[in-house]
Amino acid sequence: MSFLDLFSLGFMQRALIAALLTGLAAPAIGTFIVQRRLALLGDGIGHVAVTGVALGLLTGMSPTWTAVVVAILGAVLMEVIRERGHTNGDVALALLFYGGLAGGVLITGIAGQGAATLQAYLFGSLNSISSTDVFFTAVLTVVVLVLTLGLSPQLFAVASDQDFARVAGLRVRGYNLLIAVLAAVSITVAMRTVGLLLVSALMVVPVATSQQLARSFRTTFIGAMLVGCVASVGGLVLSAALSFRVAVAPGPTIVLLALAMFTATWPIGVWLRRRSELMTPFPEVTVAPHRSADQHAHEHGSDCGHPAVPHGDHVDYVHDGHRHAPHGEHYDEH
Amino acid sequence: MTSSDQAPPAVLDQVSVAIGGRPILRDVDLTVHSGEMVTLLGPNGSGKSTLVRALTGLLPVARGTVRLFGTPLQDFDAWQRVGFVPQRSTATGGVPATVREVVASGRVGRRRLLRPTSAADRRAVASALEVVGLGDRASSGVSQLSGGQQQRVLIARALAGEPDLLVLDEPTAGVDLPNQQALADALRQLKESGATIVLVAHEIGPMMPLIDRTVVMRDGWVAYDGPPLTQEVASHTHHPNDQDVPGGHDHAPHVSSPFDWERTNRG
Repeated sequence: MSFLDLFSLGFMQRALIAALLTGLAAPAIGTFIVQRRLALLGDGIGHVAVTGVALGLLTGMSPTWTAVVVAILGAVLMEVIRERGHTNGDVALALLFYGGLAGGVLITGIAGQGAATLQAYLFGSLNSISSTDVFFTAVLTVVVLVLTLGLSPQLFAVASDQDFARVAGLRVRGYNLLIAVLAAVSITVAMRTVGLLLVSALMVVPVATSQQLARSFRTTFIGAMLVGCVASVGGLVLSAALSFRVAVAPGPTIVLLALAMFTATWPIGVWLRRRSELMTPFPEVTVAPHRSADQHAHEHGSDCGHPAVPHGDHVDYVHDGHRHAPHGEHYDEH
Repeated sequence: MTSSDQAPPAVLDQVSVAIGGRPILRDVDLTVHSGEMVTLLGPNGSGKSTLVRALTGLLPVARGTVRLFGTPLQDFDAWQRVGFVPQRSTATGGVPATVREVVASGRVGRRRLLRPTSAADRRAVASALEVVGLGDRASSGVSQLSGGQQQRVLIARALAGEPDLLVLDEPTAGVDLPNQQALADALRQLKESGATIVLVAHEIGPMMPLIDRTVVMRDGWVAYDGPPLTQEVASHTHHPNDQDVPGGHDHAPHVSSPFDWERTNRG
C-alpha cells in the first residue's frame, strides 16, 4: 500500500476531518486562555479528562461523553477554587492535574484495561475514530467556534481586565466559566487526534506562533487557527507517512510540527519587535539648548544605515548613542 | 428627563466596608453631584481605592447603601452609564492587541450579544481616541506605548462607553508630565460634556483647575470634604511620624491633622 492509498481509507479520512476541526477549535479558545494568562489551564483540564475516559472504560459508556462531562466538571471546579479559595490559579491547576491523572490510571486498572487502551486517549490514535466520533467532534467544534467568534468582544473584555468588565456590567463569573467550559469541550474534541496529555499544546503553541508576527488580537486569533489547522492536518499526514517504517502516534507529531512553526517564526518576531522599538518616534519635549554636532563628516540620508526615527516635524538619525537632526549645513544633537 | 436623571450620580450613605473581616471604610457619607469633579486624596491605606471599589460594586459593603443615579447598587443595571479606570492595570494582556481593540472593548457595556460592531461603536472609539490624543496611534500595538500612553488608552477605553459617571483610580501614578497634561485635557473635555468625575489621585498636577471638590480620606474616615485642596495641603500633618511608629496607634483622640474636627463632630 502506498502513501496516497492511505487517503482512500475510511479511518484516515475520519482522522483528517477530526484533525482539521481540532486545529480550528483548540486555538480559538486558546487565544482567550493565553490572553487571561492561564496558558496551563488546558493541561489541567486535559489531565482531569483522563479520569473521565477511565470512567467510560469502567462503565462501558462512550469515553468521549464521560470525558466531556468530567472535563467540564473539572473546569468549573478549577474556576471555583480560583475564585473562592485563597489558593492562586496555578496551585488550583496543579491539584487537579495530579488528581485527574492518578484517578484516571487507577480507574483504568480497576476496569481491567491495560495501559495500551489508555494510551490511545493520552497521545491520540488514528484508527480509534468512529464516524459517530467525527459527527460529535464536528458538533462540538461548531459550538466552540460560534461562541468564541460571537462573544469575542465580551470574552476579550473579560480576559484582558476583569475589574473593568465587571463595572461595564458583564457577568464576569459567567464568562470565566464559559471560557473554562469551552476549553473543556475543545480538549475532548482534540482527545482523539492529539491526545489528552498534549492537547494543551494545540491551544497555546499556535497562539504563541501567531503572536510573533501579529500586532492585533484579531490577527493573532485568525493566525492561531491557521497555524492550528496546518499543524494538526500536517502532523497527522506526517505521522501516517512515517507509520510505514516506525510506530508514530499522531499527537506528538502534531505538537512537534506546531513547535517547529513557532521556532521558525520566533526569530522574525524578535527582529520585528526590536525594529519597532527602535523606530518609535521620540517624544516632543520642550526645546533643549541648541547644540550642534561638532565636525560630523558623515552625511545622513534615507539609506545611510542609521535608524531614521520621527521626532516631531523632522527626523533624527540615531548614531553611536547620539541623535542627529539635520539643520542647514550641520547636524544638531537632539 | 426622568426623576432618576436628577438623582446624584453617586451616593454613599453610612457605608462601611470590611476586607477579610477587617474594617477598611467606616461610616463614609459622600454625595457626588451631577457634573462635579471630585478628587479623593489621602495617604496609602486610607481607603481611597476601597471607596471607589465599593462605589463601582467591586467590593460588597458591610453596612450602609451605595446608590448610583438614585438606584441602590444591588438593583442598578445601567452600567453603561459608568466608566471605570482600574488602578495600575496594564493595558497589555497575554496576547498582543492594538490600541483600537483595547479602546473598543470599552463598548461592551453598550453592545448587544452576538451583534457585529455598529457605526456608533466605531464613532465612539474614534472620538475617545481623539480626546486622549492617541488618534494617530490607533493601529499601534498597546505594548509599544509608554506607561503614560497606556494609561491614556485605558482612559479612552472608559470614555468609549460614553459614561455619565467616570471613576478613575490613580490614573496619574507613575505618569510623566506631558501625559498628565494629555489626561487633564481629556478630563476637561469629558467634564464640559456634562459628565461627573470621581478621581483618586496621588498627584493632581495639571488637573488642579478642573477640580470642584476635594475629599481627604484618613484611616477609613472622610477627614475633609470641601473646596479643592492641593496634594501638599491635604497630606500635611502636625505629627508626621505618628503613623510610622509600630504599635504607636493608641486609639486616643489625638489631633493628627487640621481636618480632625470633621471626625469629632460626627459624634
